[in-house]
Formats: sequence, structure tokens, C-alpha cells
Amino acid sequence: MKKSLKARNNDLANTERQLEILSNGIFADGKLPTFANKIKETNQFPLLAKKLEILQINLGYMCNQVCTHCHVDAGPDRKEIMTIETMQQCLDVIKKTGAHTLDLTGGAPEMNPNFKWFVEEASRAGIKDFIVRSNLTIIRANKKYHDLPQFFKKHGVHVVSSMPHWTRGKTDKQRGDGVFDKSIKALQMLNEVGYGTKGSDLKLDLVYNPSGAFLPGDQMALENDFKKALKTDFNIDFHNLFAITNLPISRFLDYLIASENYEDYMFALVEAYNPSAVENVMCTNTISVSWDGWLYDCDFNQMLNLKVASKVKHIADYNEELLQNRNIIINQHCYGCTAGAGSSCQGVVA
Amino acid sequence: MSKTYYDAADLRKFGRITEWNEELGNKFFDYYGKVFEEGALTAREKSLIALAVAHTEQCPYCIDAYTKDGLQRGVTKEEMMEAVHVGAAIKSGATLVHSVQMMNKVNKLDG
Repeated sequence: MKKSLKARNNDLANTERQLEILSNGIFADGKLPTFANKIKETNQFPLLAKKLEILQINLGYMCNQVCTHCHVDAGPDRKEIMTIETMQQCLDVIKKTGAHTLDLTGGAPEMNPNFKWFVEEASRAGIKDFIVRSNLTIIRANKKYHDLPQFFKKHGVHVVSSMPHWTRGKTDKQRGDGVFDKSIKALQMLNEVGYGTKGSDLKLDLVYNPSGAFLPGDQMALENDFKKALKTDFNIDFHNLFAITNLPISRFLDYLIASENYEDYMFALVEAYNPSAVENVMCTNTISVSWDGWLYDCDFNQMLNLKVASKVKHIADYNEELLQNRNIIINQHCYGCTAGAGSSCQGVVA
Repeated sequence: MSKTYYDAADLRKFGRITEWNEELGNKFFDYYGKVFEEGALTAREKSLIALAVAHTEQCPYCIDAYTKDGLQRGVTKEEMMEAVHVGAAIKSGATLVHSVQMMNKVNKLDG
């Protein structure tokens, strides 16, 4: 199994180096406009936070997979895991938040040793939509995870899982050998307990992100193709497909540079810039909490270590009112969320 | 001047043809956009036809564009190669069917 950028001491494990790449070259010599200048053209600068709708909590960067394009640089070698003390601080916030969606992510959030306790406690807060981002293979990774479908069902969890393609070759190329078969088995287990079936309240959605240096196609057309193929080949049902654009950070940035696709990809993102996507971009209604309790505008800013521009920067000092109307921290990676129909953790936005 | 006849970066400049003839350029791009919309054929099917034609026309810009377009639509490499073979089959068929003319001529002149 491959190692994370961090374990390989790769230059890009350093977030400042990533920001340097994103700020220099084609953006410094004027070949392409910076994101700030681009949104100024449509009077959308500065980008301001609106009312909080989604509280996204990252339970740790440890993962049983090492996907080629992971923006978290997650993997088995990542030891950053949320402690029970920080979890308790998060629970205090969950109980009083005005957000309608709680979104647990990682790494593989299930690998946090206190994951089940945290889900049990959080589910009591009665938040309308309680998402766990499961990579699927974790359900098959070890006997202790085999009961996850039942556990998710018991707590009314909305399962959102990654699936880059309906074919084995493309999925395994991006996510590792054997991932496709394990994912299929996990999806069948989720279907068996009622997830993803027509009319079921047990929501099962899939996340599609392109397997290479290209943008996602039409979300609805891809959803139809996924549904047809997974039903025909494996009798699998799911509800919705979220098409997500790969942002040029972390391992995907490393891939873009190594494959000499970086400039073309940035041109493609800028050419596909859609001002109406800026209106609904997720950082304006989301707070992302890191494993160690710091607050960010989104998961991508978390991975670039760009903390919120607010007096409140940590979950211990959380104050939803003070976080409203804050300036969103932007850089050139933001073009990834405003290309075409836009992109967010919930799919297209425009 | 460029040292080669084709430059991949020129594809990005395609839209600029309207600068020298706005009316005809815009009419072309409107038509082009309309053709590729979802219709009796899906946009995915049209993308594969475009890829096959891109090869028979041997247009490097079109090959780049419709390979990328196919990937964006989830088209697999197997589907892409089959589409190219359809184009190749028509190209070679078009060559070979002319051999009937050659056979006719031989039969007439030397039969």
C-alpha cells in the first residue's frame, strides 16, 4: 500500500508549499486571474459567510485506504485522531447549533476508537440530517466493523460514500486494488438493511469524483449511468449521486504536477468559472472542525491550514453568531468549487 | 510563428475566431452547442460519435477535446476504442468499396 505525502516527507505535505504553488506561476504572471480578482469582476468579493447550515466534523485523518487523489492525504500512517475531550466539546456545540446538517468525515471516521459513542451521543441532539461519510471498504475491513450498517440504521444516519466509477478498473486505479469488490459488498450489506432502496428513509448517497485531470460531467447523467450499471451488474440501489470536482490541493495537486496536467487543469477550472455557483458555494454555510478542534470555512481550507477569519477559531470558544458574516478565506483552489455547475460535499450547487 | 503546425494551447483560443467575424463565428458556436445538447440521442452518445469522427478527420484538437469530454461523462476506455474502430471500419470500408469500381474497370478493359 502507498504511503501518505506526510509519511513520504513529500514537499507538498507542507501546506505553505501548496499555497505557494497555487499563488505563483500562471496566477502570478497574469496568464490566469486569481480567484479574488475573478469574483471581484462580478462584485462577489469579499465572500461572506451566511447563516450556518452544515457543521462538518473531521474525526481524524487515519484511513484504511490511500486513494490517489485524497485531499486529506489520509491513510493508515496518519495518526491524527480526535480525542474524546475534543469530541465532548463538539457535542456541546451540536446540542445548541442552528445547523440542520451534521456531517462526520475523515479519513475513515469509523476508525476513531470513540466513533460509536460519539454517533450515539450526537444522534440524541435531533439534528435533521446526520451524515457519516463512509468509504464503504471499512465495513468489510475487519469483523468489528461488520455491524456498521445496522449501527447506522439504529441511529438514523445518512450514509454518503465515495465511488469513482461503476467499473472495477477505474475504481481500483484511484482507490486501491480490491476496493471495488469490497465497496460492492458493503453497498449490498447497506441495501440489505434497507439503505438506498426506493422510498426508504435510510438515505444512501454516492459521491463521484473524476479519476483523473478532468472535471465531472453532468451530475444527473452520471447518476443515471451509475444507477443503471450498479443495478444491472450487482442489484444495488442508492438514492443520489453527488458529482464533486477534485480540488488542486494535497495528493491531487501532487498528481497534477507529476503528470504535467497542473496548468491545463487550472485553465479548465478558470474557463468553467460560473458566478452563480459562487452564490451557493458551501464555505458560506458550513463550518469545518478539524480533529484537533480548529475551525475552518471548509474541509479544503482545513487541509491547507487556513483557519477561519474570526475571533473564534477553536471549538472550545465556539460562537455561531460571531462566526456569521466572517470573510471566507479564499485562494486559487476555490476555482474547484465554482467550475461548471459548481461543487460541494453535497454535489452541484448551481 | 510557431515551430509546429499544431499547438495544443490553440484549442483554448478557438473561441477567438469570432473576433475576425463575429456573426458567422457566433452562428457556428450556437449551432455547435445546439447539436451537442441532449436530444433523440443522449449527450453521451453524441460525445462518442464526435470522438470517432475526430479520428477519421484526424483532428488532434477534436481528439483531445472528445477524449476529455468522454472521461467527464464516465465513458470507459473500452467504449472509446470501440467507437474509434467504428470510425476506422467506415474509413476502410469506404476505401475498399471503391475497389468494386477497380474490379469493374478491370473486367471491362481486360475481361
